[in-house]
Amino acid sequence: MRFSTLLYTIKQGFTNITRNKWYSLASIATISACLFLFGIFYSVVANFQYILKTAQNGVAVTVFFDEGISEERIAQIGNEISQRSEVDHINYISADEAWNSFKDEYLGEYADGFTENPLADSANYEIYIKDVSMQANLVSYLENVEGIRMVNQSEVTANTLDGINRLVGYVAIGIIVLLLFVSVFLIGNTVTIGISVRKEEINIMKYIGATDFFVRFPFVIEGMIIGLIGSVVPLGVVYLIYNNVIGFVLNKFTVLSSILNFLTVQEVFHVLLPISLVIGVGIGFVGSFITVRKHIRV
Amino acid sequence: MITLDHVSKSYSTGAPALNDVSIHIEPGEFVFIVGDSGSGKSTLIKLLLRELLPTSGTITVNGTNVGKLKHRQIPKFRRKIGVVFQDFRLLMDRNVYENVAFAQRVVQVPNKQIRKNVPSILAVVGLAGKYKARPKQLSGGEQQRVAVARALVNEPPILLADEPTGNLDPKNSQEIMKLLEEINEKGTTVLVVTHNREIVNAMKKRVITMSQGVVVSDQKEGSYIDEI
Repeated sequence: MRFSTLLYTIKQGFTNITRNKWYSLASIATISACLFLFGIFYSVVANFQYILKTAQNGVAVTVFFDEGISEERIAQIGNEISQRSEVDHINYISADEAWNSFKDEYLGEYADGFTENPLADSANYEIYIKDVSMQANLVSYLENVEGIRMVNQSEVTANTLDGINRLVGYVAIGIIVLLLFVSVFLIGNTVTIGISVRKEEINIMKYIGATDFFVRFPFVIEGMIIGLIGSVVPLGVVYLIYNNVIGFVLNKFTVLSSILNFLTVQEVFHVLLPISLVIGVGIGFVGSFITVRKHIRV
Repeated sequence: MITLDHVSKSYSTGAPALNDVSIHIEPGEFVFIVGDSGSGKSTLIKLLLRELLPTSGTITVNGTNVGKLKHRQIPKFRRKIGVVFQDFRLLMDRNVYENVAFAQRVVQVPNKQIRKNVPSILAVVGLAGKYKARPKQLSGGEQQRVAVARALVNEPPILLADEPTGNLDPKNSQEIMKLLEEINEKGTTVLVVTHNREIVNAMKKRVITMSQGVVVSDQKEGSYIDEI
């Protein structure tokens, strides 16, 4: 193909948008509406999961050691635990640290009466898990490790967080499927309008002897540009809304800021931006491809 | 140039649209195909453009067996046939120049060449001064001239005109036919499907009369025959 022909077909794609203003606007609005809903929904779910993840990270399993265990064995156990796939990181609390912390927290000046460390056997590892759903697995392993006397776990917290996480996952899948159906329906309607607008034009091109590529390419370019605009617009709106809403919530409800951690707009857009662009341009590409294909066999 | 050899075409319902039609048209001929509606004229045009395939028989155009063309070969085949329709079929959102240039772009003529060819063919059809106009700003006759210019700009050896005067008044009809005659004199084979009695009778060209899918008459310097 000649370079000038390629340029011409690309240029036609751009001019098609202004030629069929209403059709272009309807298509952009449809894609924008779908991606706006997706953007809002993604922001909410991503934050919810982030908050849960933060809560999960605070959940730790504590292991205590047999009486008279050597320092070497404790270090060895620490190494073994660290290498487990479930484990995010571990903290070693020596008996003295455990006593000091207990003293500070509960006894204050009354602690002076103790001459020896009453928590001599309280050296322990705090084990932080990557995902609370893995806790049961890890605990059953820890209970069988030689040198470990006791495993403390917060089963209820872990199960609750795990349950909420799963629920959010199911709801997210449900809503995404619903959104997908709505999008397909809306885009199907827009494509149908596109077909009636283009039928005559495609017929003329084919009678003149245009190849499928020559007919299709401007429409595909047009579809992709519409998809691009249709994804950039809702991204901009979601960006503004997100920034303002997070700022508003944290300012108005200062108590929340100490409990909840929200994702920054950059963190949300790190994922939302590429996904929305791919979906928008992809919908434009597929939509225009299908529209033209229905009439290209003349 | 164009040969139909025992060609029949049936649609899924009803009687055959064409029934055992054999026609041979030499290069440089000017031929009218006449007949009332339902006679098979439109089916014939669609078969020649490979929009339809015959149910039986062979169609050869420009040495190509139309029935054996693959989908991807059709565009190249159609570029050797200029087509003019009753309803002009112009791209309404583009001006006269762009409508004609479009046919050149389809066959990938360089821009420089297009800038030479389009004004030249517009001069031939008498529209040199209206290249910037949109189709809606033109009369029916002028729109049909644009369609003729578009059909001819790639210099096809064959020009098919399907009821080219169907939407025109007598004066414009005569002018379009005069234009087609001039084109024919320059060597292009012209095939005009029409039911315009006055024009057929005035031009004294070869006339093939069809009725109910069958060729009922083929006269060398013929006239319009009413349905037999």
